[in-house]
Amino acid sequence: MPTNPSRSAITVTGLRKSFGDHVVLNGLDLNVARGTVFSLLGANGAGKTTTVKILSTLVSADAGDIRVAGHDVTREPDAVRAAIGVTGQFSAVDNLLTGTENLLLMANLNHLDRRAGRRRAAELLEQFDLTEAAKKPASTYSGGMRRRLDLAMTLVGNPQVIFLDEPTTGLDPRSRRGMWEVVRGLVASGVTIFLTTQYLEEADELADRIAVLDHGRVVAEGTAEELKRRIPGGHVRLRFVDSRGVDEALRVLDQPSRDNDALVLRVPSDGSMRALKTLIDRLDDRAIEVDELSVHTPDLDDVFLALTGNPAHEKVTA
Amino acid sequence: MSTPTTHSLRTFPLRDSATMLRRNLKRLLRYPSMTVLLIGMPVVFLLLFVYVFGGTLGAGLGGATPAGTTGGRAAYVNYVAPAIILMTVTAVVQGTAVTIAMDMTEGIIARFRTMHIARVSVLTGHVLGSLIQAVFSLAIVIGVALLVGFRPAAGLGDWLAVAGFLLAVSFALIWLSVALGQVSNSVETASNMPMPLTLLPFISSGFVPTESMPAALRWFADYQPFTPIIETLRGLLMDQPVGNSAWIALAWCAAVALGGYLWSKRLFNRESAR
Repeated sequence: MPTNPSRSAITVTGLRKSFGDHVVLNGLDLNVARGTVFSLLGANGAGKTTTVKILSTLVSADAGDIRVAGHDVTREPDAVRAAIGVTGQFSAVDNLLTGTENLLLMANLNHLDRRAGRRRAAELLEQFDLTEAAKKPASTYSGGMRRRLDLAMTLVGNPQVIFLDEPTTGLDPRSRRGMWEVVRGLVASGVTIFLTTQYLEEADELADRIAVLDHGRVVAEGTAEELKRRIPGGHVRLRFVDSRGVDEALRVLDQPSRDNDALVLRVPSDGSMRALKTLIDRLDDRAIEVDELSVHTPDLDDVFLALTGNPAHEKVTA
Repeated sequence: MSTPTTHSLRTFPLRDSATMLRRNLKRLLRYPSMTVLLIGMPVVFLLLFVYVFGGTLGAGLGGATPAGTTGGRAAYVNYVAPAIILMTVTAVVQGTAVTIAMDMTEGIIARFRTMHIARVSVLTGHVLGSLIQAVFSLAIVIGVALLVGFRPAAGLGDWLAVAGFLLAVSFALIWLSVALGQVSNSVETASNMPMPLTLLPFISSGFVPTESMPAALRWFADYQPFTPIIETLRGLLMDQPVGNSAWIALAWCAAVALGGYLWSKRLFNRESAR
């Protein structure tokens, strides 16, 4: 992996962290290029939130070299804080203040002058579709609105690097998609996003690169496509017209396996044109009639379960 | 994308504290039931001690009766008022501890910690807010005391001294409860933590003269900080000589304020456990 510091928003080498006897992070290495979305994927307890807390200066590392936005988190925490924004999984809004007041609070803490602060607050309320609720206390907001307000507050200071720790956990599907749109918009404006999620679909939708975290280590890293290619699971699903076709096919095809459906067979395949042609030719030669053919590539679920090993213990939602 | 700026690494503790103060005042206004409850407690104690116990306790004051009053209930109002005034402060700081604990359990403090702001402003905002709440509560409680027959003999200078002294006491106890609020893991614990502060006035010269207590208790009452604080208040309000009490009380305030500040700061800078 090329590591050019000037192009990296985040570099982490050999990060370790334990709480008492419990090792949470066991030698983590990460490199996030500027202007990209990087997703840290893992089950509950894999160490995602701890990683975010360390990168955002909330918690110190036991060991490791960590640079965020060009600054060392241990030696220059203030410079890091000035460059980042954090939206955690538990929303950090002031429930007794209204949406506008929450944003103005951030504007004041970012030392914007009064007029610039009001303008920025109004812009963000508009952008996050909160204008109508602007004068209501945050305690009356729905989960999705609260998360949007939370992110809007993070953006008041124009951070270069944004940490989103499970930004859609607990949101309904519509709010989740809304949040994804917002994230895409942010990336388009040039910021770097460090996203943790337990939803594979979310990482697949948003991330340029994905690291799979398991028991405090990165067990795989790459684009969604690269990760999918790394593991077996691609197959062609064939449905035959009758059981005679199934019997015939079982004799002529490579490693076919039965499906729940009596008329269906699965044949391992990488889904390429050449492989498909070979398969179809072979069936044609024997005049086996196929009712339906579909190509299945592995999804991130397959990847995740294959990489993290013990699917029985850690249920992953997708 | 904004370009990295170097000048932005300056912090603005005064400006940030003012921002945090505004936040806390807004919260106090949005959540008035808390202030009402806090003021209610000393008022209830005042009425209880004046109308229920006052007649008997006043008759037993004996030599401790402030000059210019005749015994009984009327004398007791004047005797107990300084203790009730001090209880107002302890009630307010109990509120401070609860507010701080509420803040700590919410995510917003974590947000503040990841922002480049003057960190101490999170705490100073609370301290200033509580101080304003204390002034407001004290004015109301003293007003009620005057209505039920409290007749202080203080002149203007004495009143100014009382105001300054109460500010010092409030400031010290507020810093202490900022620490207590942080040390609690939940809002429930936070509301119990300052309980000793609410009980200590009872084991002082606040409600009955310490001479009437058993020897061991009397020793404790004479040397615990609330006795010199109450004696100073009583002296100033009733225009009596204060003696050493004022200095002892101010020394206690300075020690508690400094201790509370250092403890609070340390607690705030510690890392979250997880």
